[in-house]
Formats: sequence, C-alpha cells, structure tokens
Amino acid sequence: MSEKPLSLFDRPNSYIGRSIPRPDARRLLEGRGRYVDDVALPRMLHAAFVRSPYAHARIVEIDASAARSHPGVVSVYTGALMAEHVSPYVGVLTHLAGLRSAPQAPLAVDVARWQGEPVVMVLASTRAIAEDAAGLVEVSYEDLPALCDPRQALSPDAPLLHESLGSNLAWTRTVDVGKVDEVFARDDVTTVSQTFQFGRHTGVTLETRAMLADFDPADARLTIRYSGQAPHMMQAILAKHLDLLEDSVRIIAEDVGGSFGIKIHTYGDEVATAAAAKILRRPVKFVADRHESFQSDIHARDHVVSAKLAVDADGHIQALAFEDITGIGPYSMYPRTSAIEANQVLNLTGAPYVMEHYRATAKVVFQNKNLMCQYRAVGHPIAMAVCDGLLEEAAAAIGVDPVDIRQRNLIADNAYPVKSASGMVLDDLSHHATLQKLVALMDYDRLRDEQREARVRGVYRGIGFCSMVEVTNPSPAFYGVGGAPIASQDGATVRLDAGGGIHISSSVTEQGQGTHAILVQIAADAVGVPVERVRVKTGDTDTVPYGGGTWASRGTGIGGEAMLQAGLALKSQILDVAASILQSEPGALDVRNGDVTDRDGNVRISLSDLARTVYYRGNELPPDVKPELIATRHYRVTDVPFVFTNGAMATSVEVDIDTGLVRILDFWAVEDCGRVINPQLVDEQVRGGIVQGIGGALYEECLYSNDGQLLNASMADYLVPMAAEMPDIHVAHVETPTKTSALGAKGAGEAGTGGAPAALLNAVNDALRPLGASIWQMPMTPERILKAVGKV
Amino acid sequence: MSPAPDRHTISLTVNGEAVSEDVPARLNLVDFLRGTLCLTGSHVGCEHGVCGACTIEVDGVSVRSCLMLAVQADGTAVWTIEGLAESGRGADLRAAFLARNALQCGFCTPGMLVSALEYVEAGGTADRSAIREHISGNYCRCTGYQAIVDAVCDVIEGRAP
Repeated sequence: MSEKPLSLFDRPNSYIGRSIPRPDARRLLEGRGRYVDDVALPRMLHAAFVRSPYAHARIVEIDASAARSHPGVVSVYTGALMAEHVSPYVGVLTHLAGLRSAPQAPLAVDVARWQGEPVVMVLASTRAIAEDAAGLVEVSYEDLPALCDPRQALSPDAPLLHESLGSNLAWTRTVDVGKVDEVFARDDVTTVSQTFQFGRHTGVTLETRAMLADFDPADARLTIRYSGQAPHMMQAILAKHLDLLEDSVRIIAEDVGGSFGIKIHTYGDEVATAAAAKILRRPVKFVADRHESFQSDIHARDHVVSAKLAVDADGHIQALAFEDITGIGPYSMYPRTSAIEANQVLNLTGAPYVMEHYRATAKVVFQNKNLMCQYRAVGHPIAMAVCDGLLEEAAAAIGVDPVDIRQRNLIADNAYPVKSASGMVLDDLSHHATLQKLVALMDYDRLRDEQREARVRGVYRGIGFCSMVEVTNPSPAFYGVGGAPIASQDGATVRLDAGGGIHISSSVTEQGQGTHAILVQIAADAVGVPVERVRVKTGDTDTVPYGGGTWASRGTGIGGEAMLQAGLALKSQILDVAASILQSEPGALDVRNGDVTDRDGNVRISLSDLARTVYYRGNELPPDVKPELIATRHYRVTDVPFVFTNGAMATSVEVDIDTGLVRILDFWAVEDCGRVINPQLVDEQVRGGIVQGIGGALYEECLYSNDGQLLNASMADYLVPMAAEMPDIHVAHVETPTKTSALGAKGAGEAGTGGAPAALLNAVNDALRPLGASIWQMPMTPERILKAVGKV
Repeated sequence: MSPAPDRHTISLTVNGEAVSEDVPARLNLVDFLRGTLCLTGSHVGCEHGVCGACTIEVDGVSVRSCLMLAVQADGTAVWTIEGLAESGRGADLRAAFLARNALQCGFCTPGMLVSALEYVEAGGTADRSAIREHISGNYCRCTGYQAIVDAVCDVIEGRAP
C-alpha cells in the first residue's frame, strides 16, 4: 500500500504557506469599501456631543433650550436624561482580585472626570446642524482640582476621584519569586537600575470610531453597524445595558478602517448612540471627528517603571525587580478593564530569559485624563523595554556584547515546556534560533565595524536588540474567567453550495490583517477546492457562529483552527455522499481542486454535480442516505492560558546629537509565529506592527498640561510615523508550530509593536554611550535626547 | 449664532459626468462627494488636511477634499477613486497594490492611490526615498509604508520603455 498520506500542509498544491492575494483587496482598491459612515438610512439622525472642557469639574447646570429649538434638532440628552435609559457599567473582572472602579454612565451626570468626556448629546438632521446646536448648549461647571500625575494621586492627602472608593488606587498586584533582596545584597553581582517612563499614546485608526444604530419597534430589534473587532461582545454589552434580549441586538461590522485594539471597548458616545436609536425608534449615526478621537479613543501605556537588574560576572541574570505605576484615567474601561496592561507587564517582563529571582509590583491608579486601556501589544512594549533595556545596560557595564549576553541568558530552545519566573507556561519557542538568524540577517559584525568607523567621524550610530515573547491565542483565562461577556472560543461554518463553491463564515473579524484570506486558504485546503470558489462572511451576529472576534492575536490561531476542523468535517461529509453516489468507499476517494477524485487524482464527480444531486435530485440517493453538506466547528485553547510566540529584533540608528533627531537606518525582525499560513500577510503584520512600535518609541504622545488639558488633539500636533522617516524592514521567520492545535499557527499581529520600542531604546543608548549619556523615556523626542546629552 | 447657511448652485464634472447641485456655502468638497453624490470611496480621516485619506484629483492636481469647499469646485473636473477605477486609469498601480498587499484596512488607500498615481504620471523615478517623500502627506497606520513603496516602484519599472 501507499506510504503515510501527505499531511494537509505538505500537499503539493497546498494554499497554506502561500502568499495569495486577499479576497477583499480589489474592492477596497476601487473605492467600493463599506465603512460605517458610507451607509445612510432613511430618517437617519446624526449625533454630536458637547464634551467637558475641564479635566475635573462639577456640572452645575445645563441649559439646552437654545439647542432644542434650533431648526433641524430632534432631541437633546443630558447625562441625567440618558442615564434613565442605560444601566450603569463598571469595568472590573473577578480574576483581577481587588480591582475597583466606579459606575459609569454614557454621558457625565454630576461630575466630568476627563477633558473630552461626553456631557450632552445633540441629535439633528445633519452632523453640521448637530454641531451647530451643540455649540448652543450652555453648561455651567465648577472647576475641581485635576489629578494628573499617578504618583501624586497615590499620596495620602490627594483628593479622591471617586469618594466611594476611598483611594485613587484601582488595583495592585505583586509577583515575588525567589529571594530578590538577598541577590541584590550580594557583592558578586553587578546591578543596574533605571526609571523608565512610557508616555501615553493612542491608536489613531484612520477611520475614526463610528456607529450607525437602528431600532425597529415592530420586533424590538436593535441593529448596529459598528466599526470594531468584537461583534458578539458588543451584542452582549448593548443588550445588557439597554435592557434588551441579546438576540434582539444584531451587530454588523463590515469594513473596519483600522482598529489596533481601539475599537473593542465600551464608549459612552457609542452607547448613547444606540440608546438614542432605541428611544427615538429611528436610525442614529455617530462618527467621531479626529478631535473627539484623540480625546476619547482609549489611550495606551502611561507607565513609570523603577527597575533594577543584577547579573553575575559572566552576565547571567541573577534577579530582576521593579515597580510599575500606571495611570488609567478616571475609570477602568468596561468590560476588559484597564488593569490588564499592568498585569501583562508583571507576567511578561523577563519571560525570554532564565531567571530565578523576580519581584514585580504594579499599581494601577485613577487620574483625570482620558481612559487608558488595551491597545496593540498590551503591556509588551513596557515589559520588553524594561528587561532588555536593563540587560543591555548590564552588558555594557560588565563589557559583554549584547548578543552574547542574550545567548547566555535566553531559555534554551530544547528546554520547553518551561515556566517563566512569573509563572507563564512557555512552549514551542525558539529564542536562540531566531537570534542566530537575526545576527546573520543583519550582518552584525559589519555593522559594528561601520559603527566604529562612524564614531571616528563624529557620527553617533547605535545598534539595539530585543528578544521578546508575545501573548497570542488566549484561552478563557484572559477575560471569560473573570466574568466578561467575551468569548474565548471561535466558530466556523463551511457549506457546499449547489454551484460547487463553498461558503464559509467565522466569528473572527477582519480589520485589514487579511483574516478573510487566511480563512479562505484554510477552508480551501481543508475541503479541497480552489480559493476562487470560497466566499467568506464575517462580522454579523445574525449569520456567523458565536465567538470572540479578532484581538490579542487570536484570529488565525483560534479562528483558523476552527475553520480547519469545519473544512475537514465538510470534506468527510462530501466523501460519505460521494461514496454512496459512486458506490465506493470514502477512504478510496479524495476531494481535489473542486472535484471528488480517486486516490490517484482521477476525477469521479465534480462537487457541483454532487451538490446538485443532493439538493435537486435527492430521489437518486438511497433513502437511508441523509446528507449534510454543512459543518460547524468551534475551537478554544485548552492546554495553556496563552500560546506564546517569540521573536528577535534589531535596529541600527543614527542620532544627531546637535538636533536630537533619531534616524532609523535599518530594522530587522525574525519572528516565530508557528505555522505561517500566508507569508506575505505575516510579514506585513510584522512590518506594520514595528512601525506602530516606532511611533510609540520616537513620536507619538498624548501631551497633557498639568491641569489635564490634552494639548495636541489634532493630526497636525500628534505625530504618527510618516512614509519618509520609516525604514525598509527585513523580516524572516523560524517556524515552530504550536502543539496546541492541528493548524499549529500562533499570532503575529502585535509582535512588532511589542518589540520595536525596546530595540530602539537600546540602539539610541548604544549611540549615546560614548557620550556617557542615556535616555529612558519614550517617546525619545529630540528635546529629551538633547537633555540626555546635556545640550539643553 | 449660526444663521441658515448661504446656498449656491455649482456645476462641475465628477468622474466625467456633469453634475449640477445646490449646496450650502460651508459644505466641504469631500462631504459633497460622499453625502450628496454618494461617492463614498473618498474617506474622511482628519478634516484638517493632514492625513490625506480624502485626496482626490481636481483639474489634474491632487487635492485634499476636506480643505476645499464644494463651491470652490464649481467649474472644475473632479476625479475620485471610483472614476479612476472605472476608467482604467492607474490599473497597473491598483494591480501592484494588490500583488504587494500595499493596503490593509483600506481606509487610506483611495487617497494613497491618487497621490501615488500623481507621482507615477509625473514621471517620478523608482527612487524609494523620493517616493516616500511624495506620499508623506498620506498617513497609513497599517502597512508601515514599505509595501506601498514596493508597489509604486513595480509600476514605474513596469511602465519604463
């Protein structure tokens, strides 16, 4: 007989591992996208919001009479009026023991707690009229002291943001493993310590947050078109707080113009939009303008980390200890909470390295700034910059090369499974292999030669590295276990249609990553049809299986595995029917390129003929054959809380010590995301992620005045990476499939954003080292670099 | 505070078709295209002329349609992504974007294509830094720009005699 059949991934024409173009891309290239604001409905109203001009103020009186009588205005809601229709929400999860927050309403009721908090909603026939009328609303405020610095907010005499909570500390957690104090007291270790500051930045999705809500009173149905990543979560949230059955709420997410974690949260202006549609029984659209986006889209980071690392004379890590204080705004964001990032920092810092003694404390603090919550690579940039920043500092202190010190400390590739110092289960990682490949890819020795040569000419170049892990494919341990209505499993349905094509649907969503392409490739391979014959549907709670959506780098690893299993199940159904029609055995048949074939590939019946026989001429089948040509499978990660990936990155920069400008000369990344389904899409995720990481490291910062005024809430003032400053980025892979699934795929979407800042920090400090200067604050702006080198 | 806005009748061609409409004086050109003409391919990203998502072509020149009023477009010839796609102009550029995956979410893409087409049609060379400079007025948050530069280079090299 034949040898072991080729696996799905080894078949000669397998789509898995090939860069096929995305099925949506042509449509988007021809201006045929359908983003929320592209849809208009009859009788649609437009919402505009009056937002608090103060970071902290009591709302004394609201006079909306002029707005209400403005021509074209249909309705005006104050916070108190809106609160009659929406039950309050609190951003806590039970598995984050001790996390506290205060109840939130869509619009501020008595007190506004950040500049930009929505206070009054105006609904009118056009957005322009709604904005005109919003300008006529008179709100009297009593200014209250603004608490902006989290460290000050923790002082005993600080005023309280929420009287009922008794302090401004939302959450704290300490991980304490080994004998940290004893290690730092030893006289045979070298200790380096620094205070790192990570500024606030935000996602700047090019499509701003948007919602179009419609309510049909005939069957009490709320239909929401929203720009976001988690339709079923939104269904549960809006149903709960608008007092509807979950099945009465339909969430549709068509084209989404970027998300990056911004669009998976509960925003008051969006809840108010849905509520207004329900109250007024007509469509209501809200599209944030850019100013509103900067003021109200969640911000990210905002950490101050005091950290120290001890190494022995050989550079082996002996202990790592730090305290992270993070400001999260006046509330913990609902429903994912604003404590997850700090928790990730505790879980991930130092995870690539062998480490016995580890102590980390996080303090999550309320303040009068916009809410902070999960954005791409949650916690990773902080965790990686702290450990790898100190590691390179220690390497310099004891005179060891940064590659060398990593090789001495990275967990061995054959050591898995192991637990990190913080207790994370790590498996199927390849730190040494990725680093080795990186060093070859970048031609490290040549770069060092060039750096030395440049220094002779008075040019300050630096090379920096990062070895990292990324959390992907989360299990219920991330949110579900803590009580959030967020599915950790995803579903896929695959159906053979009469024409011989297959229709697939999935609960993971597309925001440009190429989710649809991945799903199509997997389904086409699993069933045995050409990709051109696969139609894909996501983003509609009425038609897709129940699931979590796309976030935390889970789309391919979880949604893809569900699709693989559903496709294999349909194939099995097809073979059963075919065996009956052809008077053969399922094991003697296969499905290849849209046809049922024998094992040698000779066509026996096309899928179209088979489907038409089943659907149209069932009389030709034996009565006991009752075919199903549709299969649904669900998948969740069960073996571990998270499936970690790893990667190694490096960058070469040139710092102009007269202007403080950093020029990125080159960037390299070697990723191990397990089985690569579509190399081009993975590379583009890595590149796009790195550029967002560069943004956070060099340019992007939400700047606040001491009294909580956001100073740069415009595209002109908030810097994002532009084409001219960005380098070409070299990407390579090591593939260590995860054993937790048949597909073997892990996530890849966040690694770049998580690792790039650490590599850049190290590169800049490598460049500044001959000057005896260093910088530990991001973004590393020209002014901060000039301060670091003592020029200003 | 804000009196009923003045209205004006404008006549122009949009994607080769004659259009005549009565518009408020304060209406932005991009809102006119999207709202009045239902040409939703041009996107609104910032409304203050920075992000480039609304870039269209007016009388042969790329323009940010959030910084131009509809009344200023009276008498002009406007091309948007929809018209470019249907006319076939820039088909090689769109094919290169597809092949290089030079778009992810697609929101910046119509404006990016107009800017890139302007560069290519003006005889720009396959000089990566010159291309990067030219498209620096078009923000892309997804790709990191490299694939876009690759696509533009491919087209220039493909068009070279």
